[in-house]
Amino acid sequence: MSVLVGKDTKVLIQGMGKTGRFHTDTAIAYGTNMVGAVHPSRAGETEVFEGETDHSGVPGRDDTYRVELPIFRTVAAAVEATGADASVVYVPPPFAADAIMEAADAEVPLVVTITEGIPVADMVRAKRYLEGKPTRLVGPNCPGVITPEECKIGIMPGYIHTPGRIGVVSRSGTLTYEAVYQLTLNGLGQTTAIGIGGDPVNGTDFVDSLAMFNTDPATDGVLMIGEIGGTAEEEAAAWIEANMTKPVAGFIAGTSAPPGRRMGHAGAIISAGMGTADAKITALESAGVVIAPTPTDMGAATLEALGPS
Amino acid sequence: MNIHEYQAKELFAARGIAVPLGRVATTVDEAVAAVRPLIEESENPVVVVKSQIHAGGRGKGRFKEHPDVSGVNVVTDGIDGGIEAAEARVGELAEQMLGSTLVTIQTGADGKQVNRLYIEQGIDIDRELYLSVLLDRATSRNIVMASTEGGTEIEEVAANTPEKIITEEIDPGFGLLPFQARSIAYGLGFEGDTLKSGVKFLQGLARAAVELDTDLVEINPLVVTIDGEVMALDGKVAFDANALYRHPSIAALRDVTEEDPAELEAKEHGLSFVKLDGDIGCMVNGAGLAMATMDIIKTVGGEPANFLDVGGGADKGQIAAAFKIITADPNVKGIFVNIFGGIMRCDTIAEGVVAAVEEVGLEVPLVVRLEGTNVELGKQILDESGLDLVSATDMKDGAEKILELT
Repeated sequence: MSVLVGKDTKVLIQGMGKTGRFHTDTAIAYGTNMVGAVHPSRAGETEVFEGETDHSGVPGRDDTYRVELPIFRTVAAAVEATGADASVVYVPPPFAADAIMEAADAEVPLVVTITEGIPVADMVRAKRYLEGKPTRLVGPNCPGVITPEECKIGIMPGYIHTPGRIGVVSRSGTLTYEAVYQLTLNGLGQTTAIGIGGDPVNGTDFVDSLAMFNTDPATDGVLMIGEIGGTAEEEAAAWIEANMTKPVAGFIAGTSAPPGRRMGHAGAIISAGMGTADAKITALESAGVVIAPTPTDMGAATLEALGPS
Repeated sequence: MNIHEYQAKELFAARGIAVPLGRVATTVDEAVAAVRPLIEESENPVVVVKSQIHAGGRGKGRFKEHPDVSGVNVVTDGIDGGIEAAEARVGELAEQMLGSTLVTIQTGADGKQVNRLYIEQGIDIDRELYLSVLLDRATSRNIVMASTEGGTEIEEVAANTPEKIITEEIDPGFGLLPFQARSIAYGLGFEGDTLKSGVKFLQGLARAAVELDTDLVEINPLVVTIDGEVMALDGKVAFDANALYRHPSIAALRDVTEEDPAELEAKEHGLSFVKLDGDIGCMVNGAGLAMATMDIIKTVGGEPANFLDVGGGADKGQIAAAFKIITADPNVKGIFVNIFGGIMRCDTIAEGVVAAVEEVGLEVPLVVRLEGTNVELGKQILDESGLDLVSATDMKDGAEKILELT
């Protein structure tokens, strides 16, 4: 078991440019079931992907792949033809919010948006548009979602992941890789890793992710990685206190960040004294979360949170 | 992106949002020349001389070169002495302020050089209020925030008297509705003509904020004049950098002299860089990892000199540029390169580091931690380069090693 995506997830890609094509190729090599692409001016064409799979040599799995991905003019047409139940958005920032709304209009259950640099106002409108619709948005400005050895939607390197017991949820990309790799090395592995993104306005948040992991039978514990800015970690702490039945470990980046400066991510800014790392760490610790003192200790903190087995 | 007060007021005025009359001046002569038309048009003998820098606290700020001169000066000489007396005093002030360094609570001890003045008509104030439009991250909506406590920092009001803060959410589908604007206006105690002018002001401001893709619009103080008019006495506007592509006229308002030259250069190379006060330079891929690298340097007892995220798809040239920006900082006594290769391959990073060192030389210790995609190839490139560097096994090991070496 896992959350959000698994081996049966059928994935569409919106935004088949150079980046989108590259990551579609790596997703297929990983084993993701990519079923179609959406491109307004290339409808009717196919895009061919072929090569050696990541699991080449593993008994019972394919060594090579060749996929002819059909291209559709609209998300609705792609869904109708392929039965896709997820979409990944690589569309450039000025058009990305429209792509998200188009996917929601076609009632795609899961839309994972990788694009970085979408105007805040566009995301405010997109989130308003999503209200009351059955679509779950992950991102934007995130590495994506992966269920190891089943489905990889996004830009994360597949090989650092391994199937296992821990749900991972994070606002950061490379810091997630760091965390996932530690969980792979210490043998805990991951059920699903969710990148919720570094923007101030995003879809799925910590609370949504914690709730999914809480009811997933395969997940024994959660590692959450937050950073300065906003109050999503504080809201997560309150939710954990009230509802979480599984152990949670965490790390918060930005204890040394100066106030008022944006640290790379659009959402990583301490403003008006709000959103400091210390406030987040205090809130999470008081909710029983084991906080890793440094990023090197994220795997160890997760082991500690799980307790003696 | 931030702009100056006078630019914010020009944007307000163009949208029917009331502001005092004013003129910008970059020379003493321009400052003096602004006085007569302002006094004649406003029929008020008082003018105000305001420093234009991208930092708050100007009124309480003082100049390094002239410790008795404030960043904002009310000139009342015109009341008894007429326009000539006002002109003389403005000239004297402009002489002291232009080119001098203003230190405020927000500039840091180094202060900021004042290159522009804004000469504004005096306003007879009845009440000072607070107004802002900003994103509420918890609800993913913009909100209008208002308070009767003008002139003080809103953080202070929020901490001490939160009941004095009024908020209304802006639905992106509808904008600020008239009843919401009235509700804020009632909360601020507006009545009669002031109520009308206040509602118009509030709706205009909410519309401008959405139309211009602002991160923040803050008017502190918002004033009610003795004639009952609602007016922006100050104006701070910050724009969403990701939306500037659709506002070329706003992008043109950027004043690069207000920005750190190293940060500007980094931006030109597509790098995300923030200058800090420490002595250990860092080069990292990914914003979260870059922040965590600064944190771990601090945890082991060091001080980071910068935040630097080379991004997920940097090429050799960008890596070299990043390296040069770090080494150009005279405070830097050591460099820690911390990479977790995903899409970004470790061999690309290694080649970039080698190329940069060959080009600019290396006079400080260098610790490199590589992990992830093509890590062995990356390490091999570094080993074979003959560079004098230290390899680290993980982040903590790297932070400890660079601290030992500096």
